[in-house]
Amino acid sequence: MTATDDDRRVDPGSPAVAELPDTEKLPEAVSLETEEGRRLAAQLADEKARHARKLLEVRDLSTQFFTKDGVVHAVDRVSFELDYGETLGLVGESGCGKSVTALSLTRLVPDPPGKITSGEVIFDGVDIMKLSSEEMRLLRGKRIGFIFQDPMTSLNPTLTIGFQIAESARLHLGLSNRAANDRAVELLSKVGIPRARDRMGDYPHQFSGGMRQRVMIAIALACDPMLLLADEPTTALDVTIQAQILELIRSLSDEFGTAVILITHDLGIAAGMCHRVNVMYAGQIVETGVVDDLFENPRMPYAWGLLDSLPRLDEERGSRLRTIEGMPPDLIHVGDDCRFAPRCPYSRDICLEDEPQLTEREGPDHLARCWGTEPGRAWIE
Amino acid sequence: MAVQSTTIDRKLAERPPASLWRDAFERLLRNRLAILGAVIVLLLILLAVFGPFITPYEYSQTDTQLVREARGPANPGEAGHLFGTDILGRDLLSRIMDGARISMTVALVVQVTVLLIGVPIGALAGWFGGRIDNLLMRFTDITYAFPDLLFIILLTVVFKDTWFGGAMDGLLLVFVAIGIVSWVGVARLVRGQMLSLKETEYVEAARAIGVPDRKIVTRHLLPNAIGPIIVAVTLGIPGAILAEALLAFIGIGANPPRASWGTLITDGQTWMSSEPHLLLFPAIAIALALLSFTFLGDGLRDALDPKLKGKQ
Amino acid sequence: MIEPQAAPAAEPATGQALVEAENLKVHFPITSGLFQRTVGAVRAVDDITFDIRKGETLGLVGESGCGKSTTGRALIRLRELTDGVVRFDGVDLTTLKRDQLRKMRRRMQIIFQDPYSSLNPRMTVGSIISEPIETHNLASGRGKLERVKELLALVGLNPNYTNRYPHEFSGGQRQRIGVARSLAVEPEFIVCDEPISALDVSIQAQVLNLLVELREQFGLTYLFIAHDLSVVRHISDRIGVMYLGKVVELGPPAAIYETPAHPYTRALLSAVPIPDPRAERRRKRVILTGDVPSPANPPSGCRFHTRCWLYERLGRPENCRTDDPELRIVQPDHRAACHYAEDAMQSDVGVAHIGAEPIKRKAFGAGPGAHKPVADDSVPATLVTGVAPDEGTGGGTGGSGTGGAAPPE
Repeated sequence: MTATDDDRRVDPGSPAVAELPDTEKLPEAVSLETEEGRRLAAQLADEKARHARKLLEVRDLSTQFFTKDGVVHAVDRVSFELDYGETLGLVGESGCGKSVTALSLTRLVPDPPGKITSGEVIFDGVDIMKLSSEEMRLLRGKRIGFIFQDPMTSLNPTLTIGFQIAESARLHLGLSNRAANDRAVELLSKVGIPRARDRMGDYPHQFSGGMRQRVMIAIALACDPMLLLADEPTTALDVTIQAQILELIRSLSDEFGTAVILITHDLGIAAGMCHRVNVMYAGQIVETGVVDDLFENPRMPYAWGLLDSLPRLDEERGSRLRTIEGMPPDLIHVGDDCRFAPRCPYSRDICLEDEPQLTEREGPDHLARCWGTEPGRAWIE
Repeated sequence: MAVQSTTIDRKLAERPPASLWRDAFERLLRNRLAILGAVIVLLLILLAVFGPFITPYEYSQTDTQLVREARGPANPGEAGHLFGTDILGRDLLSRIMDGARISMTVALVVQVTVLLIGVPIGALAGWFGGRIDNLLMRFTDITYAFPDLLFIILLTVVFKDTWFGGAMDGLLLVFVAIGIVSWVGVARLVRGQMLSLKETEYVEAARAIGVPDRKIVTRHLLPNAIGPIIVAVTLGIPGAILAEALLAFIGIGANPPRASWGTLITDGQTWMSSEPHLLLFPAIAIALALLSFTFLGDGLRDALDPKLKGKQ
Repeated sequence: MIEPQAAPAAEPATGQALVEAENLKVHFPITSGLFQRTVGAVRAVDDITFDIRKGETLGLVGESGCGKSTTGRALIRLRELTDGVVRFDGVDLTTLKRDQLRKMRRRMQIIFQDPYSSLNPRMTVGSIISEPIETHNLASGRGKLERVKELLALVGLNPNYTNRYPHEFSGGQRQRIGVARSLAVEPEFIVCDEPISALDVSIQAQVLNLLVELREQFGLTYLFIAHDLSVVRHISDRIGVMYLGKVVELGPPAAIYETPAHPYTRALLSAVPIPDPRAERRRKRVILTGDVPSPANPPSGCRFHTRCWLYERLGRPENCRTDDPELRIVQPDHRAACHYAEDAMQSDVGVAHIGAEPIKRKAFGAGPGAHKPVADDSVPATLVTGVAPDEGTGGGTGGSGTGGAAPPE
């Protein structure tokens, strides 16, 4: 394997990105002589530079776990990009590598047994893999926020909620105690906790599951991060509470322009929340595309089968569900083949002989990893 | 890792069925320290059973030669005594081997007593719950709060002249007394196991099928509770051996000429400065026994702990 | 099974009731202090009445803590009732003696949510499945083993796996073992307590299809408990919605999903994510505020009024706070417990996506592009015998992943 997915990537004109501001077209009234003018020009130039690059560029990221049974290829040469303010879904079943991908992005993979074995992650122009662990720690708290599935494991049960939120603001933003406290109250009310000031002194166990997840979001947003990593943020919650939390994440990301990577196994959540979706299978991205396009016209049988196996609220009922037979492969014995081939009703000999790459399909920014839909070769309709 | 289930499935066709017991045993075999512990424990048990046939001397036999020469105790290696002799010219190795007999008997009697009292009380409390649970657990608390030493002394005094008090040179009484003050931990453990296992869905499934209560207990509850009990009992043995040694140290227990490791240490410390081997050898013996049981117990816990299951 | 065929929707069951619950109450006492004095009660199930007809599947949905699992267990007397009556085929279960109840258990079974805790880890698959057979003396010796193998094959597992232990199987396979255990007594009624919520998405559909097939094959009656409204809709002939220990709405899927009459049902429907980005954008959401109140101290009047959007919209009518609404008929065979059900039915909350054209995709696994998976050739024969092409073959197909060609034999 020498060719990387990157070679075949096209530069997407992602619809999520706003029109690029152009310094050439500065209003004539703005003179570069005045300080105001220079400031405005610099601001526009800065914004242009930002739009030219992505918030996050991941290239050939591989993470492996070295276990007694062998090397587990948990994340295998994953490449993707994320725009400023964009919401990207990372979708797949348990063990597909979606969570490990998120951990790798922030270098939080437990080592041992895990190790990031290759790849680069460029976050806002900075190569994360080259940062010292101290710089990494600062980046994590300040510019990348986290929300996990179970807020109880990430909240310290012996400290008050107020302290835990304020601590982050104090540490990373250098706020005074009083200012940090005010910020914490503001954040708590922003995430929809009633009587925020009164609840600052409460401990995590005094909150319900949904409320704890709100607190987690407040902590994640304490330093106004550029990226929010949400790993199954609503899996432990009831459906009406899930709707609350998703709505909260959506509105906050709109308000602050925070980019979100939403990791979920629920295709419905991805459909409602994301601009773009990466479908993962057996450690690899098998399909990526703008959400409408991907859901309407999946070009990789796994993504397709997954969508078809869901009973839906808005469909005829009573029919037999289509299923993907079999189980995902183990990630120790991986070879040069399509990892989905053994379960794929469309597979042909080439699928077992050669590994398909993520290549372009029709539709905006739509890539798929499948011989059967590969242009010029396709045998799947 | 989540890949574990598929890894297992892939192997399923190839390997023989693996019960949890078998898996646990394989894990135990991989634990070197536990195996070392098990080997020493086995040696001690063999020593306790066959000791009298292989000891070089009777434990109470005085080396008359030494006495005639009117000299002090033999040093290790001298005059055919590998560990030397004590002040009265008795072979120390033989006395330590006889002490092993006592210590192993302690291990056995105390833990059997603990099991006989602790398991039924814990099981009844956990299975029935409610009032019965409340009653039994308060009784357990009271037992726990009662001063151990006082209880043992009281018991030995009360039963001194009965058959029970005389059995095994009075040792049985002391051992049982130690057991009676030590069952609380096991009772609480069994109760906790019962309470949590009772709520599992497989027990509920058995109820839904209509399996009689008796069979639910014997087939579903006890086999799943037995792992932690084995661990607790093994790890409780060092405490029992130590308790006996401590009692012997203050004069309760083995009567001369018999000597447990505790009394050997008591005697040894009197001559500590001039004849250090009299203290050293029994002390090493007791330390070795305690460590071995602890290693074995730790190993068993790691092997049986279902939380580690599958996480290799 | 590669070629999916549309199973006929179960016939609308209008026949007699198999299970009837009348004023069913299950309260769990809250005790405190040294003498365990009762200081209150968690009203897990609080005075509900409904029936399940012969051959039908009644879906029961609601959020955690609404009492749906307790209801399911109370129906087969795995929980003691605080009050009320449960009749099974006309027999009052609450009055049965121990032995009579044990005989009755042959006719009603349960499938659990967690495939990891529902099988005794110390027992082989064979002894797990033969336990019900022994308990009711249905077969012995050779016949028992044959029956166990037959059951394993029935749920799509390799019949030779009788001497395996549960931890050697994946979640989906374990769930199949649980299904085989409950089928062993040839029951008429099975409580399915969230049988697929613990499984992975692609495995969920496999198990759901299995349950539907078994229902057709044996004419089973199901109580299907779930929190996922789309799954319940897929499998049920009638659906009950529970909130805080009460059934708030009961009716056929068409009524529940198209003209829901309880504001809570509408809120639930609007909260379920739909795997269709356009439908998602078109939806009219009602985000319920606040958390579910504690069942130990439920609100007065209508229990839902503290979170109800309709209550707010109608200007907080007083009877919502004071009167507990009855489960009343709002349409033929459709009941709802809301004073203002008619107003709720006129809203488009939770149903706005209906009527719009759903995403059209060509069906997965069909069409001229498809041919037999190559993988089938590489599956060792021993594994394929009698096994439905599901996870059971995973061991074999996984083998083809190693080098890409040679079968592991």
